[in-house]
Amino acid sequence: MSFLEYAPAPESRAILNLRDEYGLFIDGEFVEGGGTPFTTISPADEKRIATIASASDADIDRAVAAARRAYERTWSKMSGRDRGKYLFRIARLVQERARELAVAESLDNGKPIKESRDVDVPLVAAWFFYYAGWADKLDYAGLGADPKALGVAGQIIPWNFPLLMLAWKIAPALAAGNTVVLKPAETTPLTALLFAEILQQADLPPGVVNIVTGAGATGATLVRHPDVDKIAFTGSTAVGREIAKAVAGTRKKVTLELGGKAANIVFDDAPIDQAIEGIVNGIFFNQGHVCCAGSRLLVQENVHDEVVDRLKARLSTLRLGDPLDKNTDIGAINSREQLDRIRELSDIGEEEGAERWSPDCVIPDNGFWFAPTIFTNVQSSHRIAREEIFGPVLSVLTFRTPAEAIAKANNTPYGLSAGIWSDKGSKILAVADRLRAGVVWANTFNRFDPSSPFGGYKESGYGREGGRHGLLAYLKGGAK
Amino acid sequence: MTLSSVPAHEVAPSPRALQLLGGDPDDATLSRYLHGLPGVDAVGLEQRAAGLGTRSIKTTSKAWALDRIIQLTDLTTLEGADTPGKVRSLVAKALRPDASDPTCPRVAAVCVYGDMVPYAVEALGGAHGDPDDGLIGVAAVATAFPSGRASLDVKLRDTAEAVADGADEIDMVIDRGAFLAGRYGLVFDQIAQVKAACRRGDGTSASLKVILETGELNTYDNVRRASWLAILAGADFIKTSTGKVQPAATLPVTLLMLEVVRDWYRATGERIGVKPAGGIRSSKDAIKYVVTVAETVGEEWLQPHLFRFGASSLLNDVLLQRQKLASGHYSGADYVTID
Repeated sequence: MSFLEYAPAPESRAILNLRDEYGLFIDGEFVEGGGTPFTTISPADEKRIATIASASDADIDRAVAAARRAYERTWSKMSGRDRGKYLFRIARLVQERARELAVAESLDNGKPIKESRDVDVPLVAAWFFYYAGWADKLDYAGLGADPKALGVAGQIIPWNFPLLMLAWKIAPALAAGNTVVLKPAETTPLTALLFAEILQQADLPPGVVNIVTGAGATGATLVRHPDVDKIAFTGSTAVGREIAKAVAGTRKKVTLELGGKAANIVFDDAPIDQAIEGIVNGIFFNQGHVCCAGSRLLVQENVHDEVVDRLKARLSTLRLGDPLDKNTDIGAINSREQLDRIRELSDIGEEEGAERWSPDCVIPDNGFWFAPTIFTNVQSSHRIAREEIFGPVLSVLTFRTPAEAIAKANNTPYGLSAGIWSDKGSKILAVADRLRAGVVWANTFNRFDPSSPFGGYKESGYGREGGRHGLLAYLKGGAK
Repeated sequence: MTLSSVPAHEVAPSPRALQLLGGDPDDATLSRYLHGLPGVDAVGLEQRAAGLGTRSIKTTSKAWALDRIIQLTDLTTLEGADTPGKVRSLVAKALRPDASDPTCPRVAAVCVYGDMVPYAVEALGGAHGDPDDGLIGVAAVATAFPSGRASLDVKLRDTAEAVADGADEIDMVIDRGAFLAGRYGLVFDQIAQVKAACRRGDGTSASLKVILETGELNTYDNVRRASWLAILAGADFIKTSTGKVQPAATLPVTLLMLEVVRDWYRATGERIGVKPAGGIRSSKDAIKYVVTVAETVGEEWLQPHLFRFGASSLLNDVLLQRQKLASGHYSGADYVTID
């Protein structure tokens, strides 16, 4: 037996106490939905997890009305200090139920348990703790004394970090004094519904947070609802564009956090071993289902071969498989639809003349899987260098000088994030200064902190989440 | 492979080292080479080590790892109070680590001060030899261990005596003062000379472990440079620490040294060993090192000629874990022996 074929170390599902059916969470209670219910499955084996209610237009009306009522009667009249107490309580409950939430997230989303356990859920708690602290300090948010909440926020979140995106949306909205109607993604509603149970446990006043499940149409109804004051969306640029059109000319404020095609720039003086780790983390973290993923690797030409060699050696040690196994590095692709898109774009990459490489790895028979893939010999004009693949696929391009690196990095309709690898501090600062990306990581990648604002340039959206900036998106007089 | 048949590197500098350096190993040439190595990002290195530390090693994998840890251990006593009696006790423990379980594997070697080598050799008797053959080696710390503050003559005498007394492996310390002062040529030369002093009359050679004392080198960049310097000068093994300075072995430092060894193998096809020493006390920690070796340089490094743990209290914790795996319940400190 080879030691490296580690014996299975599955995280137990026994901690989960799931219901067979979940309703909508409106006005503090689970209620039946008017639409046709749908099932949520585990992408790792395509097995059914639970049946989920689908919200009809009338349900959205009820949810928005509940949020409006809670805003006017309770939440807007409550002191910041008391709102903060609820948020602290939620944060602690998330920590207490961390293992359960991590297992549910990996089950429903397909991401490895080590990521949901060590990244997603701890960050969820951190986000609530952070904004809990702001709730009674809004006078110091830079908007003058006593800034006011917007009212009812409609929030639509994606499937790549289901619970974390929920936290990014709900925590600042509540801290700033808004009430919320949130729609989780169709393929990953599970943790949002567990979160609803946490809200009941925390005794949050009914209606302050409402969770409506359903498909894209449910989200569209929420966006168009006349009594919603603010729309916050994270997802694809195409849908973001539709939302922007739908709210144009209305009083609704909007923040959009959309796609990306981030450049990860590796200079020849980079700390090489850590750069390899950073490249891997940049694109293979969460199966590449990350809007800020470092999907375009820009390597200085004189170290290209060495970097690619080392990268291939490192990829050969990645372990793809059961998301609930504690040793899994790469989990399942979230849905068949997404898998098809990754396959299609990868095939196009090959047709366009890029060289495709994947390590030998056993792909499970059931479920949605895609081996980590590198494309070398990619040119700036190739579609795999332009379009967001949203999967474990890395395009490797080269550059010769810092100026060329900057030009190539900026040559994209997106601008969400970027990475720089160099041992020379002055070079990092000079390059970072000229990158048009919302987040620039230096000698690291995909690091998040609630105190750090996050958001994009150009087609990556507008508005900022996280930090003090994240509050402004939910306050009158704040930037968008 | 027996220890005595390990091909001795040429008396330094080896042609390969000269070729890589592109000149004589003087301060200037070595400085150019060592400072031209890629830097180490401390945050990234520590993150990677922490990531490897989260591997969950269970059931059959754990059983294999525990046995292998024992087979990779240099059971060590390095006290001013060491006596022949203490060494004999250590050897008895090395021969039969678990008094209640004859199937328990033996350790790789015992590690003692130079003047204790004859007692260790005598106590081992017919069991003295190559760990690959199920026998036990004798490692001696030398070169004015642990500080290394003595003249070169003294260091060479120290080494030669231990080898003549039957030591199979020499654990030397580098001159950290000279290294930090940038006198790389001096450090190189001392390692090369000690390497020569490891030779026996019959042309074979004791294996040379070079202790970097990473706790005194302070930065990861220094650790990487010292690792390359030691290997260039002829080390068979690079070892983290004496165990007398804090911090001793850490997982990030060991990972970094394994990366150097991996890069040396890529460049030359030659396999160099790594020995973390000091501070590894629990099975849980030791398994993290085993994982780090396997995932950094590959499983073939998990053999006594390429990886060792320098430890004294680790063995008993491994034995307790081993008993637990076999019986299903924890025993206690009185069910393993003190050496």
